[in-house]
Amino acid sequence: MKRFLWPLGIFILLVGFLAAGLTLDPREVPSPLIGKAAPAFDLPVLQQPGERFDAAARRLAPSARRFAPSDMRGKVWLLNVWASWCVSCRDEHPVLVELSKKNLLPILGLNYKDKDEDAQRWLTQFGNPYQVSIVDADGRTGIDYGVYGVPETYVIDAEGVIRYKQIGPLTEAILEQKVLPLAMALKK
Amino acid sequence: MIPELGHFALIIALAIALTQAVLSLTGAARGIPGFIAVARPGAQGQFVFVAIAFGCLAWSFYSNDFSVLNVASNSNSSLPAQYRIAATWGSHEGSLLLWVLMLSVWMVAVSVFSRSLPDDMVARVLGVMGLIAVGFLCFMLFTSNPFERLLPAAADGRDLNPLLQDPAMVIHPPMLYMGYVGFSVAFSFAIAALLDGRLDAAWARWSRPWTTAAWMFLTIGIALGSFWAYYELGWGGWWFWDPVENASFMPWLIGTALIHSLAVTEKRGAFKSWTVLLAIFAFSLSLLGTFLVRSGVLTSVHAFATDPKRGIFILCFLTVVIGGSLTLYAWRANKASPGGRFELLSRESMLLANSVLMLVACAAVLLGTLYPLFLDALGLGKISVGPPYFESVFAPLMAPAILLAGIGPLVAWRNGDAAQLARRLRWAALAALLGALFVPLLFGRWALLTSGGLLLGFWILGGCFTALFIRIKTGTKFTTSFAGMLLAHAGIGVFVLGVTLVKSYESERDVRMAPGDTVMLGGYAFRFDGVKEVAGPNYAAVRGAINVQRDGQPVADLAPEKRIYRVQRNPMTEAAINGGVTRDLYVSLGEAVGPEGTAWTVRIHVKPFVKWIWSGCLLMALGGLLAASDRRYRAGSRERDALRAGDATVVRSSAA
Repeated sequence: MKRFLWPLGIFILLVGFLAAGLTLDPREVPSPLIGKAAPAFDLPVLQQPGERFDAAARRLAPSARRFAPSDMRGKVWLLNVWASWCVSCRDEHPVLVELSKKNLLPILGLNYKDKDEDAQRWLTQFGNPYQVSIVDADGRTGIDYGVYGVPETYVIDAEGVIRYKQIGPLTEAILEQKVLPLAMALKK
Repeated sequence: MIPELGHFALIIALAIALTQAVLSLTGAARGIPGFIAVARPGAQGQFVFVAIAFGCLAWSFYSNDFSVLNVASNSNSSLPAQYRIAATWGSHEGSLLLWVLMLSVWMVAVSVFSRSLPDDMVARVLGVMGLIAVGFLCFMLFTSNPFERLLPAAADGRDLNPLLQDPAMVIHPPMLYMGYVGFSVAFSFAIAALLDGRLDAAWARWSRPWTTAAWMFLTIGIALGSFWAYYELGWGGWWFWDPVENASFMPWLIGTALIHSLAVTEKRGAFKSWTVLLAIFAFSLSLLGTFLVRSGVLTSVHAFATDPKRGIFILCFLTVVIGGSLTLYAWRANKASPGGRFELLSRESMLLANSVLMLVACAAVLLGTLYPLFLDALGLGKISVGPPYFESVFAPLMAPAILLAGIGPLVAWRNGDAAQLARRLRWAALAALLGALFVPLLFGRWALLTSGGLLLGFWILGGCFTALFIRIKTGTKFTTSFAGMLLAHAGIGVFVLGVTLVKSYESERDVRMAPGDTVMLGGYAFRFDGVKEVAGPNYAAVRGAINVQRDGQPVADLAPEKRIYRVQRNPMTEAAINGGVTRDLYVSLGEAVGPEGTAWTVRIHVKPFVKWIWSGCLLMALGGLLAASDRRYRAGSRERDALRAGDATVVRSSAA
């Protein structure tokens, strides 16, 4: 009798795991960066579409053309990793454009492994939700941030600490349920 | 109106299934003939109403009724008619309906082809199947109604996933489901036998053709899915150890074990409790596969829509069905009488070793599939298990199974003769060794694994020819089940040879090609002649032109495509393949590069003997068909006695 109970025992164990599995999201990947300071970088900024190339201005005030996370000290902001070659970014883009119109929090783009001309054409065509887009042409900063798929979005607080990381496109639902409540709480 | 009719038909089917299951199980338990008599007509009536529901859904798809949510989400008015029909089972809801339809088809088959069985046995079998149908009909009606309306109606649909717009995908799901659901027959026979306490040779004989038939469908279904992945995904791979693929492969492994174990139970009355357990496992793994695919607990390239409510429902159903049958097993299995004795070298021990190896292989696949889930549930981090694990665990388990498959048919029942066996197998062994040593010379490159794979492949083929030769020489009658066994084993050999040769000698290149460029690969010259734009019924495409030559002689003109489907906007790669017995030339387009977009990245593969992989699967399925159609399964008990009296060899010779 006892040996015939083995299959049942193993099955009950399996059901326990499957039930636990239902409550987990296999697509959710924890980031070791959450709760840590956003890695520092100092990168050039993408020219906004329509902005004219002004070599004189760049020579006179080079800092205005570059960006570092410390520039956002004191603000809660979103860092969105995007690229013109990324298909999911195109799905996500309208959500970001809508968000930027509401002026709830600054959105900064990290233009990842992209060509400047392509990126500018993309923003002209689909709209520009970003205050600035930072150019990470060789993807070095992406590595610091642990980017492994584009798009990704980070919520960074006033102290420069990463509080949330979204892998894959932001949707209205994620924005309403996770990102905005968190950002509002951080602002207080 | 039509969708409501379909919905209503499903509700009636549920009512019939519930009544039929309760009445026929009670009738069989208490011995009430009136209740037992409900089983057959109940099963047939259930089929009629499920078929009506399926027809209604198919009609809604065919006639572009976008007021049905399911149609609006999975079809489009510009979708060609054959894919609109196929879209019926392209969605979660539709595939469940197909599942239930297949179940009722099997029930009708049991009710029709069971004239020789005792009525109470048939009532139990159909009753258990009816209970399964109740579970699935409830699942559909309460969580995944395929006829849900969308008001106001959509102007047009969101289209069928372009990956599924393919001829192989039209028949792959029905075949796969016939296989999955077919194991419910073997399962129901096992449960019926446990309930009844009649675990005997007759039970095994009744179960055999059903199990083999289900296994045949599953084999075809898996092979089609693999073939589809090969030419549709554009990577040239044919098996990815993806959770969804594993979900179909696990029941296949257990089904294979079950077929072999049933043979022993029928012929020698041994391994009864083991066979029952395998029958329960085979169907349980089909259900588990449904759970894994439909609940979203695992990540997979097969991105199905998931919903936690559905996951909980299937898990509860799974617990009731599998937990219930394993409890019944624990309670009743010890009643099975031990079978005849046998020696270490005997057909029995060969078949036992086979089924144990298959079970262990299946456990290894299950562990690999669920390992990420286990770790995640225990809070130990997120990982994914990939092909390296599966390949390094699976191959060493299969190698001894294949060695045994070469020997098994030549060993006598009960007590084999080692000296005779060695004598019989020397030619097969010699052929296998020569093949393993010399075939790599033809390809000009030798590796230990290549020779190992070739050895196994030639060994099993050699074993089959030896068995055939002995049969003919001794003049024993040639039955279809014997032919089926040989054909299926030969199929394994062909499959192993194909896999070995592809893995060892395939070559591929990703190159950037401008019009006029030529690339050499595997002795073939591929010349890219640029692309042109073409329009399909519901997509726009660029079609490349690639001319292939060998030694200056034209071989093929290949036209790989890159398609953009108009509704869902995702790019699809249509590989172009020039197939042959000894090699496939495989070309797929990557991205346009270069200043004017005239140059493209092109992926070129030369895959020797890749078609042998699926040919092997087809041979296995054909073998299954022959074995399942052996006439002794169809003969009634009285006829069988007559056959035995008239021509004793029919029964004796079928021992193989």
